[in-house]
Amino acid sequence: MKKIIATLIAILAMGFSSSFAGTLVINTDLTDPAPKAAFEWAFNKFQEENPDVTIEVNNFDHEGYKQAIRNFLTTSPPDVFNWYAGNRMLPFVRAGLVEDVSDIWSDTGWVDGNLTEGMSHAKKPMTIGGKQWGIPYTYYQWGVYYRKDIFEANGISVPTTWDEFVAACATLKAAGVTPITIGSKYLWTTAGVFDYLNLRTNGYEFHMALTKGEIPYTDPRVHAVFDKWDELVKPGYFLENHASLAWQEAIPPMINGEAAMYVMGNFSVALFKEGGLTNDNLGFFQFPEITPGIPMAEEAPTDTMHIASGAKNKTDAKRFLIFLSRADVQEEMNKTLGQLPVNSGSKVDPDPFLEAGLNMLNNAYAMAQFYDRDAPAEMASEGMKGFQEYMVNPDRRDKILERLEKVRQRVYK
Amino acid sequence: MGWFSTTPFLNVPDSTQITYRKSSWWKLNQQRLTPWIFLFPGLLLFLVYVIWPIFNSLYISLLQWDGLSPAIYVGLSNYIELLDDEYFYISLMNNLKWLILFMLAVPIGLGLAIFLNQTIFGIRLIKSLFFFPFVISQVVIGIIFSWFYNPRGVIGPFLDKLGLSNYAILADENFATYGIIFAGIYPQIAYCMILYLTGLNNLNTDQIEAGRMDGAKGFSLFKNIILPQLKPATFLAIVVTVIGSLRSFDMVAIMTQGGPYGSTNVLAYYMFETALSEYGYRMGYGSAIAAVLFTIMMFYILFFIYRMYQSEKKGL
Repeated sequence: MKKIIATLIAILAMGFSSSFAGTLVINTDLTDPAPKAAFEWAFNKFQEENPDVTIEVNNFDHEGYKQAIRNFLTTSPPDVFNWYAGNRMLPFVRAGLVEDVSDIWSDTGWVDGNLTEGMSHAKKPMTIGGKQWGIPYTYYQWGVYYRKDIFEANGISVPTTWDEFVAACATLKAAGVTPITIGSKYLWTTAGVFDYLNLRTNGYEFHMALTKGEIPYTDPRVHAVFDKWDELVKPGYFLENHASLAWQEAIPPMINGEAAMYVMGNFSVALFKEGGLTNDNLGFFQFPEITPGIPMAEEAPTDTMHIASGAKNKTDAKRFLIFLSRADVQEEMNKTLGQLPVNSGSKVDPDPFLEAGLNMLNNAYAMAQFYDRDAPAEMASEGMKGFQEYMVNPDRRDKILERLEKVRQRVYK
Repeated sequence: MGWFSTTPFLNVPDSTQITYRKSSWWKLNQQRLTPWIFLFPGLLLFLVYVIWPIFNSLYISLLQWDGLSPAIYVGLSNYIELLDDEYFYISLMNNLKWLILFMLAVPIGLGLAIFLNQTIFGIRLIKSLFFFPFVISQVVIGIIFSWFYNPRGVIGPFLDKLGLSNYAILADENFATYGIIFAGIYPQIAYCMILYLTGLNNLNTDQIEAGRMDGAKGFSLFKNIILPQLKPATFLAIVVTVIGSLRSFDMVAIMTQGGPYGSTNVLAYYMFETALSEYGYRMGYGSAIAAVLFTIMMFYILFFIYRMYQSEKKGL
């Protein structure tokens, strides 16, 4: 009996000691191989530099995390968790579940000097109400991925203007190739197309005002975006049956040579290459200009790390966020992730897609996060449903935009 | 360890024990209390897991709440919004389609059961093969049917012959729901078949023989002698099929996620989408949808309980 009690005490003591200061609890959804490896490296490196801290990681399934985060932030908050920039973090910030980390951003006395210097371009998406709520550690470009060999075979050069782009589509269609592949079953792919059409037709400020709910969806400038979209949808330049395909399922037509382009994020490159495409026949170009003279803003979703307001170990959590913002750490992690480091002091792997992306983003007028990160969740979900419906039934445009306007008036009350 | 052998309870004289029991309140009320004591654990769980959530979600349906921030009381405005929500009507209509078409599982299941109710060599194996769809998880069936419907998949060549090349039923807003119902009915037929097979095993052979002597055969034998005896199985088959059609959540979630653009939504999935999915932060609105679904089910359940009560009264 005495032995049992002794063991119990020992177990309890162990249990308690693990929640003492010095333990850093991190919740993540990094189950895909590349992010997992990148973070394993980061955790080890952090522990090496800070032997007094023990990291405890709770890894969630990627889709399940989106639901789980609401529970764990309200009931048993970790110290650090990963999420996304822009309006995606707004519900949590508004509910007071995220710690204000403006001090990390403004204080020059931290380990690696001034954060704002290296990451000033990424400060805006991390700001809500004049305060910063997290640290960005990686981002990636969006644009058009295309089959170089198919373009060459049809005598098409990389389009830089809208007219060239539409002409390229017409040539491809006439040659029996689907100009643009897309899989819209999970809706968000349609938002990538909409964002770029809007950024190019009306510009960054208008796009941001729209996603902030300041402009009605029935505005003639929104209609102008759909006029441009009509030029692609009505002649059937998008893949047939896209509503039944996931974004990955729209990749095989391009690998088979049945389709030539995909408006996508850089994470798709891994899948293209797995399917057998190489740097020789897979290319990337910036989404072409539509309204001449409008400064080119790009789509560059940023992944971020945050501290929970209910964190037990805020000191080490801040140390971890500072560690994560360092140029050398971001450089190494993004090498594994195959994405772009946010810190401008980091070097990028010699990869044609990353280099093209970095070059494009460094010259970008501004960066949008993505429709579902810039607009609030309710608006995003209805909006993307509407985009998908429009892409299948372009004739219903008016009805769809009226419905979206109704949603806008409710959501941004 | 001999300490419990000296327990004093065993040494109490019999007479004292009896007088003690006689005067006890427990003894007097034992008959009345025992059922409640046995019911207590079940009732407690029922209260915590069924009754309380029902009233709680009815209350949440009066709120505007994202599940994180403080809730705002908004009265019936969620319900008023529901009346003007086209996705809600689409979901309601789809629920109706599910309910009607799912009923086909009952006669098809009966047909299969009669077909399989033979005594030939190897029939057990064949029967168990027909059970399979019921054994497979709904998730697996949903995934397999989505592959099956893919125009680049199994049915591609057949569609080409029909002149429907490249037709994806799950991307067609008018027919996607039927595609999902077809996948959902597949295990349901097996379920009904099992119910009827057990019913057929318990048929009264005397009645059938008597019917035969009176000249009944073929369809009239089936209609007048066999079907009445299968009434309990039919009742059960209809009940599980109706319930199956109303909780048609998993198939929709796996095969289309309510898409394309909400055209295959059913109330259960629409509720999940508004309240709990990736972009769903409207607990109040989701609860209002749940309340509507609950009301519809309640009508059916009350009818079911009434029928059961009536038939038990007759039986007693």
